[in-house]
Amino acid sequence: MRKWVIFGLILAALSGCAKKEDVIKIGEFGGLTGSTATFGISTKNGIDMATEELNAAGGLLGKKVQVIVEDDRSLAEEAASAVKKLVTQDKVVAVLGEVASSRSLAGAPICQENKIPMVTPSSTNPKVTEIGDYIFRVCFIDPFQGEAMAKFAFDNLKVKKAAIFKDSKNDYSVGLAQYFAETFQKLGGQIVAEESYFEGDQDFKAQLTSIKGKKPEAIFIPGYYTEVGLIARQARELGLNIPLLGGDGWDSPKLTEIATIKKPGDALKDCYFSNHYAADDPNPVIQDFIKKYQAKYNEVPDAMAVLGYDAANILYDAIKRAGSTEGAKIRDALAQTKDFPGVAGSTTIDSARNARKPLVVLKIAEGGKYEYTATVNP
Amino acid sequence: MQEFLQQLVNGVSWGSIYALIALGYTMVYGVLQLINFAHGDVFMLGAFFGYYFSRWTKIAQEPTLLGFFATLFFAMAACALVGIIIERAAYKPLRARPRLTVLITAIGVSLLLENGGQLVFGADPKFFPSLIPESRLYESASLVVSNLPVIILTVSIALMLLLRFIVMKTTIGKAMRAVAFNREAASLMGINTNNVISFTFLLGSALAGAGGILVALTYPKIDPLMGLLPGLKAFVAAVLGGIGNIPGAVLGAMILGVSETMVAGYISSTLRDAIAFALLVVILLVKPTGLLGSRVGEKV
Repeated sequence: MRKWVIFGLILAALSGCAKKEDVIKIGEFGGLTGSTATFGISTKNGIDMATEELNAAGGLLGKKVQVIVEDDRSLAEEAASAVKKLVTQDKVVAVLGEVASSRSLAGAPICQENKIPMVTPSSTNPKVTEIGDYIFRVCFIDPFQGEAMAKFAFDNLKVKKAAIFKDSKNDYSVGLAQYFAETFQKLGGQIVAEESYFEGDQDFKAQLTSIKGKKPEAIFIPGYYTEVGLIARQARELGLNIPLLGGDGWDSPKLTEIATIKKPGDALKDCYFSNHYAADDPNPVIQDFIKKYQAKYNEVPDAMAVLGYDAANILYDAIKRAGSTEGAKIRDALAQTKDFPGVAGSTTIDSARNARKPLVVLKIAEGGKYEYTATVNP
Repeated sequence: MQEFLQQLVNGVSWGSIYALIALGYTMVYGVLQLINFAHGDVFMLGAFFGYYFSRWTKIAQEPTLLGFFATLFFAMAACALVGIIIERAAYKPLRARPRLTVLITAIGVSLLLENGGQLVFGADPKFFPSLIPESRLYESASLVVSNLPVIILTVSIALMLLLRFIVMKTTIGKAMRAVAFNREAASLMGINTNNVISFTFLLGSALAGAGGILVALTYPKIDPLMGLLPGLKAFVAAVLGGIGNIPGAVLGAMILGVSETMVAGYISSTLRDAIAFALLVVILLVKPTGLLGSRVGEKV
């Protein structure tokens, strides 16, 4: 008798599981808190928007999509355990995430091992997709970004002597610094100083003073917005009034709030960074997206929001074409993504599972506003 | 030469912040022989109290010098209160227990404040308003002295002098010194040791609170874990100068601040902490009681 009861219970439990199959579970990991919290929050906003639109239009393969979010508190150690939980416990069919390359690098091996496709919206370090054939990205990579900024500094700003100030514990920052230096020197420019800091540092004056002594005409700071904002303030405090240049890690609504001495963003006035999209681009696809996003979240989307939205849509499109939630089939469909019309430009996944896309250079103008300056094609 | 002077200015302003925190460590140690590991977190609370106070009173929108002092005073008072609460709730019940028990409790209180802070304030960093807008006092091609380090140094020195006055010239200060010398004998002489110990925590925590505000002026990123490393470094500074010795704490903090800046500026910022701590090891090898430490007794 007891045996039958247990058997019945197991059966009930199993059917309970079967019922849950009505949704397709997608995992998302990101830093919703911590030092780069706006990256995680913006990405989540973008993914949520794409998912809501998809579910309103009938879902995927006749099922609704449910996104399970794990917060890694902007820490690489936490990223690995977040992905492990998503893959082994929640049994997600695919993973979306991380913005920061260091955190994507921590999570990707787990997806690869379990044959779960992972799409990172905005990790630009080349090593991320080299982890395996299940790891994809929908943004450009750092060699292109570093090269573009070096060319921009040399050709457009006429800088001949540049300094580099990088976060030496961060894969993204180190990679970007290296590609910038290589291209800048090849063009005939000179790197007069190379200093480093760690994420979480408060005081950058010692390094800035030593950079100042070498008399560069611009400083390339491939870091994330929190430190960049603080560095900009301290540089101005030391009387170092040269343009600062950076990459997409600068893009956050917090950046200009931090870099404020008297007026919003004044410590970063006339500085430039490379990014995935420009909010003042008149392209109707972009303007439509901004309108929808503003109606929902009451702020202008940053690049992370745009890429989160694009990454989710590219993944959903791949699952639709695969006609299945099996890992290998989704992977094959993702690899065949061609000319997908995203908000941040049309996306084609190449043989190295990277996206080839143009980048834009933005200028920080009066009042902390971003101004579109140039487009660079790959 | 000018660059060296600039690094010196950077180092002294960084050192004076360590000094404010180190004073609290050294006083509590002097009186109780307790290393209060929660001290760095009280420093963090000071910055957050100031942050919420200045926003709530709208000082953040229209900063004035008066507003700055009001914020400073509020943060010091609130931290003093927190210091007394911590002492009464966590350390006093353990007064008769072995010293190690209290030390572990101090680590517990520190973790409580850090994680409680993440719960209450949120884990993402906040940005402290510029209560005193930055301006230049001296400027040449390669040397710039802005008002902020000067204000930090002036306020720090004023607070240290006030502390010295309290400890050396007032009755309660005398009582503190008596308790530090021998707690049992002091209580036999009719000194209320519990009150003296509470007062010590009050003073130390108020200084840490002031440190929180002063740090946040130049380094406006505040988060619940911001007390961790400065707390540790200030402790090192206190040991360097001779723990239990008030001028020693200031001296140790200045040495640490300047050497850190010089290392980051002239050698490599990667070695910044390594060399600071190596310095500690060398000094303690040569002079185990610290630079100005005199009382050779039983230490933790």
